Amino acid sequence: MADQSRPSLAWPELFIGIGLMLFAGLVWWQTATMPVSPMYAKVGPTIFPYMTAIGLFFLAVFLIGFSVRGGWQPADEKEVPVDWGPIAFVVAGLVLNVGLIGTIGFTLSSTILFVLVAWAFGSRNPLRDAAIGFVFALVSFFGFAKALGVNIGGGWFENLLGA
Amino acid sequence: MEALSSLAGGFAVALTPQNLLWCLLGTTLGTAIGVLPGLGPALTIALLLPITFKVDPTAAFILFAGIYYGAMYGGSTTSILLNTPGESATIVTALEGNKMARSGRGGAALSTAAIGSFVAGTIGTLGITFLAPVVVDFALKFGPAEYFALMVLAFVTVSAVLGSSAVRGLTSLFFGIFLGLIGIDLQTGQARFTFGQLELLDGVNVIIVAVGLFAVGETFYVAARRYAGKDEIIPLKGSLYMTREEWSRSWKPWLRGTAIGFPIGAMPAGGAEVPTFLSYWMEKKLSKRPEEFGTTGAIEGVAGPEAANNASAAGVLVPMLTLGLPTSATAAIMLSAFQSYGINPGPMLLQSQPQLVWGLIASLFIGNVMLLVLNLPLVGLWVRILKIPPPLLYAGILVFATIGTYGISNSPVDLVLLYVIGAIGFLMRRFDFPTAPVVIGMILGPLAEQELRRAMTISNGDASVFITQPLAAALLFLAGAAVVGPKLYQFTRRQTPRPENVPGDA
Repeated sequence: MADQSRPSLAWPELFIGIGLMLFAGLVWWQTATMPVSPMYAKVGPTIFPYMTAIGLFFLAVFLIGFSVRGGWQPADEKEVPVDWGPIAFVVAGLVLNVGLIGTIGFTLSSTILFVLVAWAFGSRNPLRDAAIGFVFALVSFFGFAKALGVNIGGGWFENLLGA
Repeated sequence: MEALSSLAGGFAVALTPQNLLWCLLGTTLGTAIGVLPGLGPALTIALLLPITFKVDPTAAFILFAGIYYGAMYGGSTTSILLNTPGESATIVTALEGNKMARSGRGGAALSTAAIGSFVAGTIGTLGITFLAPVVVDFALKFGPAEYFALMVLAFVTVSAVLGSSAVRGLTSLFFGIFLGLIGIDLQTGQARFTFGQLELLDGVNVIIVAVGLFAVGETFYVAARRYAGKDEIIPLKGSLYMTREEWSRSWKPWLRGTAIGFPIGAMPAGGAEVPTFLSYWMEKKLSKRPEEFGTTGAIEGVAGPEAANNASAAGVLVPMLTLGLPTSATAAIMLSAFQSYGINPGPMLLQSQPQLVWGLIASLFIGNVMLLVLNLPLVGLWVRILKIPPPLLYAGILVFATIGTYGISNSPVDLVLLYVIGAIGFLMRRFDFPTAPVVIGMILGPLAEQELRRAMTISNGDASVFITQPLAAALLFLAGAAVVGPKLYQFTRRQTPRPENVPGDA
């Protein structure tokens, strides 16, 4: 090749490649431990998973190869460092949502999620956001969810309103 | 002219007041989510999948198709006024459209986009009307081996040919295929990849995957790029009425864009990005005013790609309705809606569900007219939607994501899975893995497996059926060539520098 500048190893991409390789191994191992009745010995439930594992393995080899030769992340993404602050607020909102939705119900849990995500995106008016989020979640609960017949599990608050 | 009489029957279905309302609801909703950056038709239809338990299939598909077409129209408004493409298929529209808006011709850009979409959408829907029965006749001769080979070809083209990297596209695809394998194998009752979790026995719901990738992943991605700069909305200037010159510069690109977009969309390859780029490149070559491209904005560069985009959206419905072969994330989710009704899309669909299919096609014609009205005179309304502040927009998206996921079975496990897939989606965006092949692999993978096992059972476990059947072999060869071909071409070019490449030739 004409290009003489030696590209350096790209660590994040290498981790992705290795992760995919381990994943391929996991798929293979899980397939190998499946009990298969001799009736299906030739064309059974394992043939497609094996093909998938082999495919993932070769793709992982390619990705590791690319990562050694400088990686592939677009320059546009590399230049913008991940801003962990907003991410932390979104994650906090999601974790609280999982933890609380069963006890305090959809509407209140969603209001908390709404405020935290809005904060992550730069809104600095939590009280207003809480009001908007609360109304939005309540309308969604009674409008969208009831109209679609989706049961999103109300808590004590929804029960109070006779949901 | 059997197609025309079937179509007439379709109009009888689509013109009932109730179905007209579904169509209006779909097109309006579709335009709105097309306008909003970060929301797309695949995500919206996934969130609305529970509707399949409530209404009859015809109504549901008229709604979904309205969303699908509407998003294509709405996406162009965002591209022109915000320079952030609302959909991946409108990236090209942003190139010239935004330049036109900046030089005070935003009105004309919106008009040529909307009218071009209408022209292309109508011609494309006519194309479905006449092409679908032909493809069905052909497809009825397919056996399992041919079907499997056709699916492999579709896999390869949607993931390896159209993206920026074949390896990354295929990685996304195989991840999707793995997700589709989770759960009980229907043929043998064997549980696969459930890791002892009872929740996983039924498989991973496509709603969770689509919402995780397109809503949660997208929210993480935008949140992480706070420093990447803000978009400004360009105030709408210029009359919506196009001048005589603008009409005469638009109509040929509309037709050319349609001619490029529909066939590419209708091939089992699908995808709207390639035809839009092809159309852009072609208009730039053919334009009498190439100096306007990239400077003040050339109307041809909006008219052609927008038409190509809508025509290919129509084209994608051909393999979906006739072969059961989805070639875009939205089509894959529509296919899962068919499955939730217990309907198998494929060559038999036109005969077993003529009301549904022809009613759907007729409603596409009606929807196109509605969309023209919704998008031109009412464009001010959509501009207002663009002004929703991002904090409230993304907070709302995550609340909807919760509804869509938690509503499936009220299980926190589903929510955790949603967020994990969202995190994977974020990584995929950061490292340039396409997300659509995940959804396509997840829906199409189990179908491909079924055909593979059928073919191998018939042949008594002999894998050579895929080589000895000429059609299957040809399709598989094409698939292989599509992956290896471009690399081989690059390689040979690098080895032997061609004479044109010597310096001074530029």
